Amino acid sequence: MTTSFYLAAAVALASTLMVITRARIIHALLYFIISLFSVSIMFFAAGAPFAAALEVIIYAGAIMVLFLFIIMILNLGAEAAAQERQWLTPGIWLGPSMLALILIADLAFLISRGGGYANGLYAVTVQPKDVGIALYGPYLLGVELASLLLLAGLIGALHLARRNVPEEGEDGTGIN
Amino acid sequence: MAPVSIDNGLMVAWALFVLGFIGVLVRRDLVFVLMSIEVMLNAAGLAFILAGAKWGKPDGQVMFIFILATAAAEVALGLGLVLRFHHKFKTLDTDAASKMRG
Repeated sequence: MTTSFYLAAAVALASTLMVITRARIIHALLYFIISLFSVSIMFFAAGAPFAAALEVIIYAGAIMVLFLFIIMILNLGAEAAAQERQWLTPGIWLGPSMLALILIADLAFLISRGGGYANGLYAVTVQPKDVGIALYGPYLLGVELASLLLLAGLIGALHLARRNVPEEGEDGTGIN
Repeated sequence: MAPVSIDNGLMVAWALFVLGFIGVLVRRDLVFVLMSIEVMLNAAGLAFILAGAKWGKPDGQVMFIFILATAAAEVALGLGLVLRFHHKFKTLDTDAASKMRG
């Protein structure tokens, strides 16, 4: 457990360092996904399998796809194809692939040693059932507030992404 | 096998947060700034999870779920703003919007 945790922590720090130093967004995105995976393994090793699953499904699965959509939308230029060809050189995939291989080995080691998530970092695994009971018990108000926040985010994103929002700054310099 | 001390785990969370903070400070690309904010939120979630694991309580994971909801809402709004920004200024450089009016 301890070895897995520190290995995943090292991968997380290395990939996050790569995220903030890359020149192109798509490279940073690859490293960021590796960073999220390694943090997920840290959650798993710390006895929080539910949070680990959520990290992969929502962060790496949903939020990163939003970033990918933005990159796709913003790269609709004529030079996009040439850029694409340039990005697909094998050297770019090498770094994230190596880090991902380390993580796979780490996860295999974790599962083979622990036999699932039976024993966490502190010998206590918080089961998803306990999380659910806490979430819909003492934290019910928080759940309602989170739903309001998500609704506000939905309406705000819908409004911001509309094509023909009437411009208030007519000279094109101000932000409306 | 020796358990991981909570101090070391929190040091990792701190280091991740600082990396995200440096990213916000040094990058000029809006998408990079958003990504660095995600790194910082992620580090905060890691700190919550480790503290919850330390005491063996589900509260840390509950807070992580709230952080996840916040991050999702923030990213949806932030990327909408990035789209508007790119539509208006034809660039993602934050310095393009350094002039205020009014």
